[in-house]
Amino acid sequence: MTAPQPHGAGPAGPAGPADDLADDLAVYADLVHETDDGRWAFGTGFTDPLAGVDTRVPAGIDGGALAMYCRMLGDDALVHSQRLQEWVTRAPELEEETAIANIALDLLGQARRLLTRSGTADGSGRSEDDLAYWRAPHEFLSVPLADHRDADFAELVARVLLLATWRQAVCLELRHGADPVLAAIAASAATELRYHREHAALWVVRLGRGTELSHRRMQAAVDRLWPLRGELYRDPPVVARLPGVAVPAAAVRDAVEDALSGVLDRAGVDGPPPGPATGAGRDGHHGPDFAEMIDELQSVARAHPGASW
Amino acid sequence: MTGPATTPVEQRAWEVLAGVADPEMPAISIVDLGVVRGITCGNAGLEVTVTPTFAGCPATAEILAATGRTLRAAGLGEVRVVLQPAPPWTSDWITERGRRALAGAGIAPPDRPATAPTGDGSRTVDLDLRPPAPAVCPRCGSRHTVRTSAWGSAACRGLHRCRACGEPFEAVRAV
Repeated sequence: MTAPQPHGAGPAGPAGPADDLADDLAVYADLVHETDDGRWAFGTGFTDPLAGVDTRVPAGIDGGALAMYCRMLGDDALVHSQRLQEWVTRAPELEEETAIANIALDLLGQARRLLTRSGTADGSGRSEDDLAYWRAPHEFLSVPLADHRDADFAELVARVLLLATWRQAVCLELRHGADPVLAAIAASAATELRYHREHAALWVVRLGRGTELSHRRMQAAVDRLWPLRGELYRDPPVVARLPGVAVPAAAVRDAVEDALSGVLDRAGVDGPPPGPATGAGRDGHHGPDFAEMIDELQSVARAHPGASW
Repeated sequence: MTGPATTPVEQRAWEVLAGVADPEMPAISIVDLGVVRGITCGNAGLEVTVTPTFAGCPATAEILAATGRTLRAAGLGEVRVVLQPAPPWTSDWITERGRRALAGAGIAPPDRPATAPTGDGSRTVDLDLRPPAPAVCPRCGSRHTVRTSAWGSAACRGLHRCRACGEPFEAVRAV
């Protein structure tokens, strides 16, 4: 393999029109010649997000419970990522489009690893694709906040702030958990989530302290979304089956509340208290829009089962 | 700057991988980017551990594939490439040579040390709303720059603009 030469790197010599043309053609040459370089976006054969990682479940940990817990965290990320992707081409400005797409990409990466961990923890051997594309909507275990359809940009940034703050707090705790695979996934996720949270917080403050209109819409978004965090503070039964592995809500609640109020205070926005939690979402019960979103997420995989490129 | 090597085969493998370009930033090798974490030579052949920059980085699969492909093509025998998700990659792992290569390609290297709270002591959710320190313009060296976008053409970079020379540039995020 020959390393591709970066354009513009190194000392630039005098370039005439002929050189420019050669450069232009070289770009296309990469696409048509059977070389290893320049074609990586079309598939490499490396598909396992935990390639070579020791995925044996440590003694004393309930593999089935661990798998379910990983599906919960993985589904939160997958579903939130999908909702963010719906905003691509609809963002208010190009820079924000890039940000939304990259946050969605990070969450997708976290979902891939968590779903892969799920399939290895319960011994089912189900891959990330099996779990993402071949489960029915009622088999997804995400919280209602994750699949909320944002009505406007204020809701989008409020929801990223809320979910990233909670998720980062959970991941910081998970780093010390008894399953080394989940701990490793969480450690890298925590640094990604911190950046998402900072970005969303800057927008919440900017809009909250902006014009009368932007403040009103930021406040409306928080009024709508903040009560939904009640579900984040209710432990699904599986948490009790994973002592030392799963993170109980009580371990993160205060830190999450402090971090959220810190941002809202600076934004001049009031945060309503958490609403009642019923366990919906974590038990497979979702709102009316959920099946439609999953249908779109799965449509290509189901139209071409087993397809590769 | 090629990591600890205890055998000639391992040393050779580090040298070979130092010639493998990062798919998204071809100016820098995967060794100088700090994603190659270890090379050990055992009875079953070489084992190479790789830590991706970000979980969702689409170049990860190609980095893993290129690592095995290149070492095998160099005649280094059996190669097993293993993903090592922890500890998470930090931009502090970019080598001095890598930092120079990035700057030479017009990409500002990240500030050091990175400020991400990765230490075990950071149990609280801190929130830093201060704007990031201005990046150094890779063209004119000025610090009189402004970040124009938190993310650039890849997850690991942001977009910046130099107020001194007026040129836009990318900077690798400090993480």
